[in-house]
Formats: sequence, C-alpha cells, structure tokens
Amino acid sequence: MKVTKRSILAFSAIAVTSALALAGCASSTPSSDDKGGDDAAFSGQITVWVDADRADVMKDAAKEFTDDTGVKVSLVQKEFGEIRDQFVQQAPTGKGPDVVVGAHDWLGILVDNGVVAPVELGDRSDEFQQIALDAFSYDGQLYGVPYAIENIGLMRNTDLVSEAPTDFADMVAKGKAAGTDYAFLVGLDPEQADPYHLYPFQTSFGAPVFGQNSDGSYNADDLQIGNDGGKEFAAWLGEQGKAGILNTNITGDLAKENFLAGKSPFFLTGPWNAPAATEKGLNIAIDPIPSAGGEDAQPFAGVQGFFLSAESKNKLAANEFLLNYVGSEKVQTALYEVGGRAPALTAAFDAAVKNDPITAGFGEVGANAVPMPSIPEMGAVWQFWGVTETALINGKGGDPAALWDKMTADVQGAISK
Amino acid sequence: MTLTQDPEHAAPEQATRGQRRATRIAEAAGGGWGLVLLKIVLLGLILAFAVFAALVLIRTDQWVPAILVVAVALLAVWVYTGRGRLPAKYLMPGLVFLFVFQVFAALYTGYVAFTNYGTGHNADKDSAVNALMLSAQERVPDSAAYELTIVDQLGELSFLVTDPDGDVQLGGEERPLEDVSDAEMKNGKAVGLSGYTTLKFGDIVAQQAKIADMSVPISSDPNDGVLRTPDGSSAYAYTSKLVYDEAAGTMTDTRSGAVYSDIGTGAFTADDGTELKPGWQITVGFDNFTRAFTEESIRDPFLQVLVWTFVFAILSVLTCFALGLFLAIVFNDPRMKSKKYYRVLMILPYAFPGFLSALVWAGMMNQEFGFLNVVLFGGADIPWLTNEWLAKFSIILVNLWLGFPYMFLICTGALQSIPEDVQEAAKVDGASAWQVFRAIKLPLLLVAVAPLLISSFAFNFNNFSLIYMLTGGGPRDITAGVNVGATDILITMVYKVAFVGSTSDYGLASAFSIIIFILVATISVIAFRRTKALEDLN
Repeated sequence: MKVTKRSILAFSAIAVTSALALAGCASSTPSSDDKGGDDAAFSGQITVWVDADRADVMKDAAKEFTDDTGVKVSLVQKEFGEIRDQFVQQAPTGKGPDVVVGAHDWLGILVDNGVVAPVELGDRSDEFQQIALDAFSYDGQLYGVPYAIENIGLMRNTDLVSEAPTDFADMVAKGKAAGTDYAFLVGLDPEQADPYHLYPFQTSFGAPVFGQNSDGSYNADDLQIGNDGGKEFAAWLGEQGKAGILNTNITGDLAKENFLAGKSPFFLTGPWNAPAATEKGLNIAIDPIPSAGGEDAQPFAGVQGFFLSAESKNKLAANEFLLNYVGSEKVQTALYEVGGRAPALTAAFDAAVKNDPITAGFGEVGANAVPMPSIPEMGAVWQFWGVTETALINGKGGDPAALWDKMTADVQGAISK
Repeated sequence: MTLTQDPEHAAPEQATRGQRRATRIAEAAGGGWGLVLLKIVLLGLILAFAVFAALVLIRTDQWVPAILVVAVALLAVWVYTGRGRLPAKYLMPGLVFLFVFQVFAALYTGYVAFTNYGTGHNADKDSAVNALMLSAQERVPDSAAYELTIVDQLGELSFLVTDPDGDVQLGGEERPLEDVSDAEMKNGKAVGLSGYTTLKFGDIVAQQAKIADMSVPISSDPNDGVLRTPDGSSAYAYTSKLVYDEAAGTMTDTRSGAVYSDIGTGAFTADDGTELKPGWQITVGFDNFTRAFTEESIRDPFLQVLVWTFVFAILSVLTCFALGLFLAIVFNDPRMKSKKYYRVLMILPYAFPGFLSALVWAGMMNQEFGFLNVVLFGGADIPWLTNEWLAKFSIILVNLWLGFPYMFLICTGALQSIPEDVQEAAKVDGASAWQVFRAIKLPLLLVAVAPLLISSFAFNFNNFSLIYMLTGGGPRDITAGVNVGATDILITMVYKVAFVGSTSDYGLASAFSIIIFILVATISVIAFRRTKALEDLN
C-alpha cells in the first residue's frame, strides 16, 4: 500500500510540531540566561507564594503593584501546610520565592535555617498592632510583614444564655441552667487533647509555657509550665474530666456540630467557626474566656504574614511590595474580608471592628492574648503536652501533680537534648 | 460494518478497514520510510532537549548532571539508529526511568544519610554566612530615617540622602557621607545632583541586587554604623552584631567579643561550644547511624516497636490474603449468581484513597460517639483506639478492610488461570473439595501470588499513612517518657524521632530509612528464595 494523503499530513504535522518545539527551546534559552540578576528584564519580577484563600486578594494587589512599578509578580499557589518545609528546602537553591505567606510560629525554624531576611518597617512600625510585631520578631529582628491576628474566644449562643459568664464556674452553672445536652463545648482529640484550646485555662492558673525576656520574647531556659499553677491546672483538668465538662471524645468536628445544633450555649473556638454559626442562623456573641484559676485567661495568638526570603535577588522590589502593598490598609482589609481574621494593621483593624461585632469580640479577647512561642524548643513541649492532658482528663496515670511533673521533666529533657 | 475507503485507493477486492490497518502495521514493522522519519524526528527531539537541558545545567555550574544528560542522549541515538541491538531498544526507556526515579532517589537518600542535613544545616556555607550577616544588621536605636535618592556617576552608585533636619549628604560604598549644597530639591527631599544621573524606580529594580548590598558609612568612625536601604527610597543606619573575617573564616560578635570559628562541625562555634545558627551542610560519616542506635528516645522502645512492626505486617498480609482468597473462591463458584455486581462492591474499599478511609474509620471508632459503638454495639463504651491492645486490633481490622480487595483481585485472577481439567481429574480420583483446594488449588495459586504477598509484606512494613491517620501511633504510655505509642511501627517512630519537635533531621531520617531498607530487603530475599521451591510444582 502506498503512502496516503492522511499519513503525509500526519508526518508533516509531526515535523511542524517538532520544528516549533525546537524553536521554542532555542528561543527560551536566552531568556533563562538572565538569572544572573543584572538584567533588567529578569529582575523585574518577584515570585510570591500564597495559599488558595489569599490568592485572589494577592492577585489584585500584585496587579496594582505591577501597574505602579512595572515589576511583574508571579503568584504561585501552594497548600498552606506545605509552604514552610518547601520554602526551607527551596530557598538555598536560589530558585525559591522572594516572598512567602506563613504563620509566625514558623519563625524559629525559618531563622535557624537562614532562609528569611529581616524587614525594616521604618516609621510605619507604629501602624501595626504590637502583638503582631512581637510575634513576627525573633532575636530582636522583625522578619516579615504581618497581616492577620487570630485567637480563640468563647462563642455564646445568645438565645440560650443572655449574659456573658464571669468565670468558669459561672459559665458551667449558666450552661447547666440552659438545660442543653452540654454545658460547654471545646474540641479535643482522644489522643492529644488540645493544649492550644486549653491554654487560656492553664494561664488562668498562672502557668505559661515559657518565661518571657524583658523585650517580650520567650526564654527557652525558663520553662514555667511545671510551676505550682501548672499542678493546680493538672488537678483542675482531672476534676473537669470527671464532671464530664471536658471530654476527649468530643473532637473539634463533633463540638462544632453540637454547637450548631443548639446543644450547648458555649463553644470555645476561633473565628474560623463563626461563619458556620451565623450561616446556620444562630445568634452568637464572643465573650472573654472565663478564668478557671483566678488569673487572666490568656489564649495563644497566631499571627499570619508574609516573609522575605534571605536568598531573594530582588529584595528591593520585594520589600516595596511587602511594605506598601501587603502592608496597606486596602490589602489588609481585603485579606480580612476573605479570611475573617482580624487585620494586623491598626487602621484596618479598627475599621473591621467597627463593622463586625464578632471580629470585635475576638479582637477584645486577643488584646489579652500572648503570641504562641515560635522558638524551636516549643516542639518539645507539644510532644508531651497533649497526651498528658488527655490522661489527666480521663483520670488515668495516677496523681495529677506527679503526672504534670513527669511531663515537665520529659519536656525539659527533650529541650536540653 | 460500513466500509470507508480512500477514493484514490479503491481496491479491487474490498478489504476491511481492519485488514488494511493490519497490512499497514506489517509494512511499517518491516521498516517503511515513514518509520525512519518518525525515528529521526523523535531522536532529534531528544537530542534537542538534551542540549537545552545541558546548557541550563552548565550555566548553573552543574557539570556532572550535564555530562550525564548528554551521555544518555547519545546512548539513545546509538541504540536506536543502528541495526540489531534489539534488547537495548526495548529496555532503554525503562532503564532510564528506573535510574531517574528509583536508583537516583535511593542513592541520594544514601548520600543524605551521611550528612547533617536538617534544621540549622540547610544550605551551604555561603548561604549561612549571607543569612547570618543579614540578621546581624541591627538598626541603630532611635536613629533617624533618611530619605533616599540613588544617583549614578559613570556607573558608580551613590546614596543622596536627606535627613529629617533637611540636610543633604552624599556617600557611597567606602565613601563616608559628605555634605552637598547644590542638590536639586523637591518637597524637602533631594532628588538630583548636577553631574549625577538620578535612578528611576525601574533602574533601581534593575540593579537591586547591587543596591541592596550597598552599605554607606555614616562617618569615618565605623561605630556610627552604615546606611543601607531596604526599598530604594529610604535609608536607615545599621550596625552589625557580627563581623565576618573571610580570610580567617571567623565570625566575631561585636558586643561580647566572642569569636566563632569553623571547626568542622558545620557551624560557627565559639570556644565554649555555643553555635551560631544557621550552620551549613557537611558530611558527617557514620554519625547518623551511630545515633540511630544510641539515641535514647529510640533505643529504649526499639524492640517493642520492631516486634509490633513484624506482627502488624505479617498479620496484615495473612488476614487480607485469607479473606481475599475466601471471597475469590466463593465468587468463582459457577453456582454463584450476579457475581459481577458483588465483585464491584468488593472492590469499593480499594477505590477510596487509603488515608481518607483511615480518617473515616478513626471517626467511626470514637469511643463515645463513633458509629461502631453507638449503632453496632448499642451504645457500648469500647475504647477502640485508646486501649493499647484494642488499638492494635483496630489497626489490623481497618487494614483488612483496606487490603482485602487487592488480594481478592489477584486471587480471582490466579484461580481463573488454574486449568479446570486438573481439578476435574482430582474429583474423578475421588478427592474431596477440601483436598482439591489444599493439594491442588492452593499450591498452584501460591506460585502466582507468593511474590505479591512478599511485596504486600514490604508495603505494610512501611504502611505509614494508615498508622498516622488512624491512631497517630497512640495510645501512648505517658509514664514511659518517650514519644512512642503502642501502635507505632518503625517508620512512624522514625518520623517522630526525625521530624517531631518541629525541627527536621533529614540526615537521621535517611539513615533510618536505610536501616529499614536493609531489614525489608533481607526478609524479602529470604522469602523469594523459599518461594522458588513452589515453582518446581509447575
């Protein structure tokens, strides 16, 4: 059989395609030549890693930045949970991003790996909330521009209980008087409890994890968790577990489900669960977290922001983008609108608080919050903290004070290793 | 079937489309010119790609990979252009991919096992020095912010700064600031100077790497600090906490006077042993392997975890195989009706992602609110995942649910390939159903599935996602003081040792994976040897 028209067509198609591919290779060669950083065409671009929720807002900010300065922004969308490790791995290759989104408690790791560079806010530093700047500081240096602060608060179903509780006992009494299935809900894990959510109760007994230096940073050598307040807290956990107020079988999902179903007037949670409650038609208010041990119940604050890469070849452009675009009221407000977390820029925060009682409620609790320690030693604490709380709540493992001492010793051992 | 024909090729006898295609393929296999052309095009593409990749690699000074890429491309050309060399023609693509995705990954893991790669030792020494110097820059307390214009004279850049009092000064790299009087002013900021070109934002961006590195001394006294700019439009006074002496390779702390030097541990270390972070990557010999056996948090629970890993892997294979085989026999019986639908149902667990199923099971096994306790056990209070022994049982149960469809599939296939006449002959000889199964079906089946059972064992030996998602290795004995639980297998324990505590130790993790590899490989080799005996049956 001879060659048909069809096969000639097919072969010429392949030939053309391959010629195009070759041409593509050839033409792309010089453009990658520009990696030296001296060439204007290449330098005029910064790479920013964002997560899906932030991507849309950043797209607008990037467009504005490009329109104003001519510098292109290449936005790369990443899974938030993977950004830290990928950034640490990619930065040293010199091909990593210039700017990445992240959480402040990554800082210890990022600084120890030498992948982030300090950022100078100049005279704009007064415009951000102090806690956000504290959280984004490490060893006296500010690394990055924060955009949001997040902390938990006590969510109250106002149809069930009309007034904010004064302390933990009052809350339990009010909860019981409401006659619902549960007096109070907090999501715990059957294996790891939840030290993050239980932390305000712990601080109300006067037992923070680490002591603080004069500049507000945490001192890893001063482990405070095992002090007398800590032991009282341990005993308290056992009592609450016995009374059924704390239950490690009620996971975060179950707690949310039950609160949405109106089965409890109180739910200790963060702003991330507020939209579901309002969509469900619940009337909610955010109250200060009631104290269990007499002192202030201080939750952890988590601060989100954007870091600058130490290996960035485009530091000036990246800095400009961070400071005057990410740090602008417009972008901070837009980020607040998609994420629901209180803005880190005071002006944007004030505007958000004025318009939304829920944000205001969380913000008020947040005024009392402490940044979650970002020092690497914190990892050693998480390792033993949750399982011990689980054992205490479930009344296992014997004497609470002894168990708490054991945990403190284990943490100390892991830190000094 | 309708026949379609090319008009100019109306064959006298009407060949079907299939016949014509067959003829064409046969001709092509004989080496038509079309095939030669295709071959040339494809090889051309491969060569072009190799040259492109090599150029990129050479530009980034990666000579070894560049040479390898070119060598492989040339080898491909040699293999596919000549006559003969038929085995190489078939094997080449597979071998290349095997090397890239398997051998290389394994070798690289081996290499990392001999380094200190991990948190604090993330990059090379240059990056570490760069990062240290960056974080060492501290703004002089209460110092003013300067408004900055960057100016250029014959390619040399200078800072033209206006301080808050309105005084204008000019300075550059190693040229301390000097007052200038004839600057062009705009809104109280100096924006130009005669004899100099003012850089616009685009120019600044184009030279940003250079500008970001510039440090302009404020005065001839180094203690006053230097001006640096983070954004090209303002400058601040900084002093450095650290001074790097490149010749001596030491870092000196300007406040305490402590000298940190490179003593071969991958970090600048002071005499009292304190290290500056970050450090850099170095090779550390067998340190990681020594640590793997001396590290307290792993040495103590090691035996317990090892035993459970074997129990888990063996029981997983046995239970899944038993159930899979049983179902395969049942559904292979000719009397069984609507087999197709049942088979689809059987395969469903296999179709869900394993980690998702594990999460769903974790919810169903909740002690108080889980589906199992509430619905199936009428509100019983069974601690499926929080009791040491029940948690182990639950793990095996869930793995059975996840794993039996695979065994069901391969057993069905193997059963169907056993010739009927052998079974009939046995029946005629008066064997019972059990005897037929025991003496004929099972041995023939094992010949086919034994290698798969071994691979299944190796897979379960490292079944990280199931353990991690279902129990997280727990429940833990909190009095033991180690972060290892009752259901932790080797790989999850390694994960905890190497990555929990928020620091990562890739070197240690790689050393562990090599140890696990040696374990699994030894067992597999022994097992394969023994299954050879089965093959004699055929």
